[in-house]
Amino acid sequence: MAETGNLTAGGIALQRFGLGARPGQGEAMRREARDRLLAEVAAGSAPQPQGVPFPGVAEIGRALFAFADEQKREREAKSAAAPAASPESQGMPPQAEQGTAGPNPAGRSEMAQPAKPQPKEPALPFRTYRDEVKARVDLALAAETGLCERLTLFWSNHFCVSVAKSNIGRMMAGVYEREAIRPHVFGRFEDLLLAAESHPAMLDFLDNRESIGPNSPAGRRRGRGLNENFAREIMELHTLGVSGGYSQEDVTNLARILTGWTMAGRDGRLGFPGSFVFNPGLHEPGATPLLGRAYGQPDLAQGVAALTDLAHHPATAQFIATKLVRHFVADDPPSRLVELLAATFRRSEGDLPSVYRALINSDDAWKAPATKMRSPQEFLLASYRATGLKPNFGQILGPLAAMGQPFWQPPGPNGYADTNAAWASAEGLKTRIDVAAGWGRQAANAVPDPRGLADDILGPMLSAETRQAVARAESRPQAIALLLMSPEFQRR
Amino acid sequence: MFDHRDDDDCERMTPSRRAVLGAAGALFAWSFVPKFAYAAAGARDPRFVVVVLRGALDGLSAVPPIGDPGYAALREGIALGKDGPEAALPLDGFFYLHPAMPNLARLYGRGQAAIVHAAATGYRERSHFDGQDVLESGQPGPGHTASGWLNRLLASLPAGESIARKGVLGVGVVPPLVVRGDAPVLGWAPPRMARAGSDLAMRLADLYAQRDPGLSAALQQAVETEGLAQRHGMEGKTGGGGPDSAEGMRRIAAGAAGLVGADDGPRIAALAFEGWDTHANEGGAKGRLANLLGGLDGAFAAFETGLAPVWKDTVVMVVTEFGRTAAVNGTVGTDHGTGTVAFLVGGAVKGGRMIADWPGLNPEQLYQNRDLKPTTDIRAVAKGVVADLFGLSGPVLAEKVFPGTGDLKPVQGLVV
Repeated sequence: MAETGNLTAGGIALQRFGLGARPGQGEAMRREARDRLLAEVAAGSAPQPQGVPFPGVAEIGRALFAFADEQKREREAKSAAAPAASPESQGMPPQAEQGTAGPNPAGRSEMAQPAKPQPKEPALPFRTYRDEVKARVDLALAAETGLCERLTLFWSNHFCVSVAKSNIGRMMAGVYEREAIRPHVFGRFEDLLLAAESHPAMLDFLDNRESIGPNSPAGRRRGRGLNENFAREIMELHTLGVSGGYSQEDVTNLARILTGWTMAGRDGRLGFPGSFVFNPGLHEPGATPLLGRAYGQPDLAQGVAALTDLAHHPATAQFIATKLVRHFVADDPPSRLVELLAATFRRSEGDLPSVYRALINSDDAWKAPATKMRSPQEFLLASYRATGLKPNFGQILGPLAAMGQPFWQPPGPNGYADTNAAWASAEGLKTRIDVAAGWGRQAANAVPDPRGLADDILGPMLSAETRQAVARAESRPQAIALLLMSPEFQRR
Repeated sequence: MFDHRDDDDCERMTPSRRAVLGAAGALFAWSFVPKFAYAAAGARDPRFVVVVLRGALDGLSAVPPIGDPGYAALREGIALGKDGPEAALPLDGFFYLHPAMPNLARLYGRGQAAIVHAAATGYRERSHFDGQDVLESGQPGPGHTASGWLNRLLASLPAGESIARKGVLGVGVVPPLVVRGDAPVLGWAPPRMARAGSDLAMRLADLYAQRDPGLSAALQQAVETEGLAQRHGMEGKTGGGGPDSAEGMRRIAAGAAGLVGADDGPRIAALAFEGWDTHANEGGAKGRLANLLGGLDGAFAAFETGLAPVWKDTVVMVVTEFGRTAAVNGTVGTDHGTGTVAFLVGGAVKGGRMIADWPGLNPEQLYQNRDLKPTTDIRAVAKGVVADLFGLSGPVLAEKVFPGTGDLKPVQGLVV
């Protein structure tokens, strides 16, 4: 009995902290759940996706500028014809743009786009997005527990950028996760923060490329000035939290401090085109106060010092601890667990593995009932892990867009929601059923015995009612859909 | 699909839903003043749609006060003018309307649109997310996200009332906070996936009923809306833009209008349009904001068409979490601000007028020397609309729907 209880807890933990079982992982994994999770933290490095189209921002920058030039030439060549949505003008392209610009995602009605005499290879920014998404999904499907991938998803959402912002965003969202997030998932929060805030994808997403110190050489010459978006979101969303004790003046001052943090332009004057550079010509000169402290460092060092202090602010420890517990344990984060994580964060000076260990070792985290709905991304990854299939890009994007969580396209800089109120809605559930029906059809041939799969994937978590529903299904596709939509598969 | 559920409302109610409505009735017993204008024979069967613009709409560009001497200088690079091919549309000689909104101008001219300017909730910080939470929760400050004011409005109506029984519609895969809460919430979004067969949903309904009350209730709501949408011929069209595109806004509005306009549909709905956070390159008569305003204008036309038979009983209220800085920023956009506009559109609106206690745009007239100063509270406007449409009393509005707003008198005379 105790054995079964431990196996059930292990199974829930693997769904809570990981991405759910793959066929055959079953009992051994559940028995050793805590050790396996802790071993992944101890290993201390996040793997990188394979088969990405460009290794880093420099290569992407070169390709992006070449693409823009080519677009310009094409536009000029046929200037008489009405130009189809130039990339330069796509400040905020429609959310479903990928649905029409890319290959027809699975599940979408074939009738939806009969008029277009395509099918042409999509444009470079979309192609890049497509290949980055495919590579990161492949990695998550192959992971052992999926803990590292869950943490990557968490931090990628905490420090989110959006492909809907611009072609830079669409080209760089993937490399941003690879360069700014993954190397620091098992590192120090300070390094993660600096890597995220100094990445060109983030500087583009939050408009800092255009923020100019009013008294900088460029500000005086051009009469342009600050854009405080970046500074506000750093304090509100990335570090202190909205009630972290900063003022409007602090927002404006942090914006001054961070002027000059930008992306190198095509001329390569300050750095490799597309990469992060500090441009002193945009930087507001002089010492600037922030949260009661004066920052008099020159140039880039001023912003690095300010961000470093924000990373170690007590409000940041509290904010990050709360978000982690809400994500992994419960919508209403148990305060004792939040306090434990916040204290660990402070004591370890933001050493993230220490914080994860405290979470995984805590009985509060281990024993909490499985109330949280898997997010659409988790649902997709867990489902494909369970069936053992590999989705193509359309099969990834179509369902995720329908369920409201395509990769790297949150509705705002606060990222995707992390509560049941967002994901367990009536319409959301209905869409999940449609999606699961499609996955059941896809997997029918690959899964000869859905009852066996239910036992394998859910083990002691499988309820008698779900087992019966799966066994009595009218068809194999329906049985698989019922398994994927069962409460014990949906909640973690 | 779901035809098997296609009988009358009472028959379809599940035990859990009866319990919900029962609780609402109990609250009603102490808080509601039982005197309803609409209860009389031949009285109004009102429709109320709330549109939330996420990201903070720049009210000074949507409804520019061109008559204010300070306007043009503050808005260098994006200011609208009275003359020329891209002239703003005249409203009252002082305020003008963005040229991307001809439908709204037409409705205003017909007396079916009123515009509230220099408006805000009581929230005075500048976080989008807290601002939206205050706007939608109807609570005095941030940090309350358990329920939204439209849901509590519904819960404040007598349980026997058909309006209460029909629930509140939250449009979108993720329903807006303003509709969340204990009263029944129906969900709908423009379909994007091929639909599953109804047999699968029935089996899941059975499984959830045994194992998971939360999922069971959500699925029950989904099934009901699905049946409603199908009866009104709204299924089958997939694809289209999202809620931050002009096409998406029009489709979403048309869909919501189809459900709210149906005899057996919900009377209250909320939806959200996105993309209004115009920090950079906001644009003037053309450009980024103009595209979004054109989308909103198309949504007004879709509401007018889709709700035509009940347009005379309809109020569409458009609100946003706060406004933007009075002056353009360093990147020809605007940063987070305070006062902005709200729109009231529909045949039940006493329109054709601006509602504004104009604070002025001189530096000392701005809020914190930076934003349009709010002089009208959006909650007072909302209270005025729902008091007239639904016959709710001042105390219920001040205690349940917008708690802690006893001092905030409903704006009178907004509804015909």
